[in-house]
Amino acid sequence: MPINFMPEEIMETIHMVQVENLDIRTITMGISLRDCCDPDIKIVARKIYDKITQKAEKLVQTGENISKEYGIPIINKRIAVTPISLVGESCNNADYVLLAKAMDRAAREVGVNFIGGFSALVHKGFTKGDEYLFSALAQGLAETERVCSSVNIATTKAGINMDAVYRMGKIIKETAELTKKADGLGCAKLVVFCNAPEDNPFMAGAFHGIGEPETVINMGVSGPGVVLHAVRSNPEADFGTLATIIKQTAFKITRMGELVGREAAKRLQVPFGIVDLSLAPTPAIGDSVADILEAMGLEKVGGHGTTAALALLNDAVKKGGAMASSYVGGLSGAFIPVSEDAGMIRAVEQGALCLDKLEAMTCVCSVGLDMIAVPGDTSAETIAAIIADEAAIGMINKKTTAVRIIPVPGKIVGDRVEFGGLLGTAPVMPLHLFSSKAFIQRGGRIPAPLLSLSN
Amino acid sequence: METDGQRVIVTVVGQDKVGIIAGVSGILADYSVNILDISQTILQNFFTMIMIVDISQAKVDLQRLQNILKEKGEQIGVKINAQHEDIFKYMHRI
Repeated sequence: MPINFMPEEIMETIHMVQVENLDIRTITMGISLRDCCDPDIKIVARKIYDKITQKAEKLVQTGENISKEYGIPIINKRIAVTPISLVGESCNNADYVLLAKAMDRAAREVGVNFIGGFSALVHKGFTKGDEYLFSALAQGLAETERVCSSVNIATTKAGINMDAVYRMGKIIKETAELTKKADGLGCAKLVVFCNAPEDNPFMAGAFHGIGEPETVINMGVSGPGVVLHAVRSNPEADFGTLATIIKQTAFKITRMGELVGREAAKRLQVPFGIVDLSLAPTPAIGDSVADILEAMGLEKVGGHGTTAALALLNDAVKKGGAMASSYVGGLSGAFIPVSEDAGMIRAVEQGALCLDKLEAMTCVCSVGLDMIAVPGDTSAETIAAIIADEAAIGMINKKTTAVRIIPVPGKIVGDRVEFGGLLGTAPVMPLHLFSSKAFIQRGGRIPAPLLSLSN
Repeated sequence: METDGQRVIVTVVGQDKVGIIAGVSGILADYSVNILDISQTILQNFFTMIMIVDISQAKVDLQRLQNILKEKGEQIGVKINAQHEDIFKYMHRI
């Protein structure tokens, strides 16, 4: 049996892992909790705990075994569940904090670092269960360690629920206040979506959508370092050549996700869902999306040309990745979370990258204004207005957008906030100081957009 | 800890010296790991040996073999990886 590979190919794979930080970012198991209903909230909590711990019992061990056998790091094993607003709806006057705590205990028991799905879909309005969830959201995040929450407030087909947007502005302020000892860390676990995907494996926005099977395995790949190396190795390439190089690299990265996802699904006897074709940065040096944009020829990310560079990158990643996987889904695109990307942090601190440019960048990439720290005295109305702007971009452009923003209590522009681990370090960014209050206080819904006459 | 495939790629990278192949193949023989092919080359000034081995008759599973090879590598001053063949198939072959 001859060796079927060139030595260069084998060493390329090893180099990607050992030097360029190639890894599988997450194996996320989706678990339906639709059969956990009961009129008694305590019984719902117990059913949630039992189901999660049973279904995900072997998730972490399986992930670690695959990681060792293939020699590829798998950074996170996570769980996404049915939006909790639906699960406890059968209760009367329910305190959903109990359900958040049940999720938290289950996550700790099976050894996953985050569990997503303390969520609601309210783009047209609120049901009883959505109201329960909104009442418990801030406290649920403050009193748990691993629970992540997401709320969908807009879709292209429904428009933007501005009442929900305003309430999310207030909840984000409340969450920051309740977690002020940890610099508003609760807000890092709360995402506000337009066009939320049902199969996203990435936190904090993962939940198990209502069209999903009983259980499923979804994968998130990483690899900004690998793309960075490829771009840096070709400083003279024109854009067509550059796009091809990125496509080829994205293909290889995504194949890892496909292999690991299929293997994990087989061993856990769970259907394989999707690979999320994403470039997810980490605070590690060289594992940065900003560095890729700068390697393409920009002096600093945030300068003129950044949106074009990101558009090319994002599209090439999708084209390369789409061929590498049989099922693609989730957020699929380059992420630009400020606090989790060393190059983004540097650009903000040097005054090269501002919120307005980030907003423009979200028009051409996944996923939105992500991990942005703003001054602690920012009003709920201003936060709501930021969410509304981002939702409008998603609604009109038929794409997912999101806001994960942290009004850090007691901090002002120029301060730095340490969230630790993958959440990184956030420079507190300036906002426009003019009020949006009267606009936000109108209430109601922004109607769904016309999808023709597109200009 | 079985998967469908039984073939593993062992890579040895380091400074060239006497006894690397003997050291690694000796360990593999001890644990009944069958060597299917060997190639060696110099890549970027480093001695690089690539072996394809079959572990279907091996006395140890892949994870245990990885640890044994890692220890051996540290003893003789080279870096040894052992990875399931599929990772290379997936990445480099359509």
